[in-house]
Amino acid sequence: MRKFWGFCIIVVALVFVYLPIIVLAVYSFTESKSLIWSGFSIEPYLSLFSSSELINMLVNTAVLALLAAAIATILGTIGAIGIFYNKKILGKFTSAASRIPVINAEIVTAISLAFVFSFVFLRGTYFSLLIGHVVICVPFVVLSVLPKLKQMDSSLYEAALDLGATPTQALFKVVLPEILPGVISGFLLAITLSLDDYMVSAYNKPDGFETISTFVYKALAKPRNAALAELRALSSIIFVVMVIGVLIINFRSGSKYKKSKIKENRR
Amino acid sequence: MTHGCEEKTPKISFRFNRGQLCLPYAVFLALFVIFPLLVIVYYAFTAKDGTISFANFVWFFTDMSMIQVLLQSIAIGAITTVVCLLLGYPVAYVLSRIKSHRRGILLLLFVMPMCINFVLRAMAMKELLDMIGLLGKYNFLNTVIGMVYDFLPFMILPLYSVLIKMDKSLEEAAADLGAGRAKIFGSVIMPLSLSGILSGITMVFLPSMTCYVISDTYGNGKLRIVGKAIDKCFGQNDINSASVIALVLLVIMLLVTLFTGGFSKNDNTRGVEL
Repeated sequence: MRKFWGFCIIVVALVFVYLPIIVLAVYSFTESKSLIWSGFSIEPYLSLFSSSELINMLVNTAVLALLAAAIATILGTIGAIGIFYNKKILGKFTSAASRIPVINAEIVTAISLAFVFSFVFLRGTYFSLLIGHVVICVPFVVLSVLPKLKQMDSSLYEAALDLGATPTQALFKVVLPEILPGVISGFLLAITLSLDDYMVSAYNKPDGFETISTFVYKALAKPRNAALAELRALSSIIFVVMVIGVLIINFRSGSKYKKSKIKENRR
Repeated sequence: MTHGCEEKTPKISFRFNRGQLCLPYAVFLALFVIFPLLVIVYYAFTAKDGTISFANFVWFFTDMSMIQVLLQSIAIGAITTVVCLLLGYPVAYVLSRIKSHRRGILLLLFVMPMCINFVLRAMAMKELLDMIGLLGKYNFLNTVIGMVYDFLPFMILPLYSVLIKMDKSLEEAAADLGAGRAKIFGSVIMPLSLSGILSGITMVFLPSMTCYVISDTYGNGKLRIVGKAIDKCFGQNDINSASVIALVLLVIMLLVTLFTGGFSKNDNTRGVEL
């Protein structure tokens, strides 16, 4: 009986989460602006890939996310190592300040950065946009790396030094491999955060530069002349890529689980 | 004076203490997080001509439409948070008690929509509401539905990560000692998952008070929340008014943080460990 209720809760929640996306995906195969079926058509997909405006926006978003995530990962990994080993005031300051962008309202982060960049005449440049994205991503890289540092055997680093490694060598050859899973998940998290950002982009982007978020927000504000059918097609493509991703992970974790079961049985 | 120090480390040219590694990050945070917030405080306390003044605060707290926007935002934030908690808790609990490898996949299913851009997701839900005829009729209700739809994963994740670490034998022990279901939940599970509840509240309340993308999309452009008020002032180049509203939000952030006992230290609320 308990299992049944648990099952019901999960199913209802999954329907809530996925129904809008699936309905959208179905209606991506028809041309109309609102959700009215006007015959099967793959026109939205064709015009999505032939519109230079849309392709430009997608490339912009992807390049920005990769750049911001790469910078955030380097800065955040070094920062996390620093925070972990610095028990003095600097470490405490850094770890406290690092929590601010996580809990602060994004719009406050966004406009405060816009003010600062306007002091140095850099507001609305690619630089201010990139820095803004690093600001919202980097705390999450730190949060992904810190637990791995805690799990690490603290004597490894000292052993490396005793055996003649320089601190730099010990860091790259001993510490980094140990915390690598945290670094990678921090990088992936940073990409999703950057892709999902609206506020920082809206107030710090150059004129005419659009990311997915700002583009879709504008399209929703003026639905009459917007590329809504193409955006439906875009959502469906992202959704399908996502589903394939889940299926691959499902297959792999399933086989891993079976292997571990077989091993247990052998024992 | 200095050459004594140099003699101590003659061979190694570059030697550093690991603690010093946080220096670049500390500088980055000081420049792009702390300093910008100080600028907000400065602008909030100055008039347009740069003189110190409290006029912005007087404006904020006497302008009835501003007060209304603030109260409306707090209502939306509070209702969204409560609904997310009521929906997210059972989901997180059931997920955390699944024993097979499917647990990871199911969790992934709840997290994966976060990979679709949130404005695209808002578009999907908006069109669904339009289809069933709710859009344009109940702006407040639709906005709350939209907020819950977008912020639910931020509630599920911290709850799940606390519940999965909880010692399951405690529940069995409570049941063996004669506690009923409600008693087990109220005296064992809930208190032990409190930190997850609190960080979920932190992750949902403030964003749902300020994310005007969602209130604009679902509220038919008629529902104004604090984020939209900042956007309007900013658009009119009224940086002092924008700053005073931002400062009010910073104070609310501080209050929420104090209420939730500080953001639990290293809780990665958006990361998933499968």
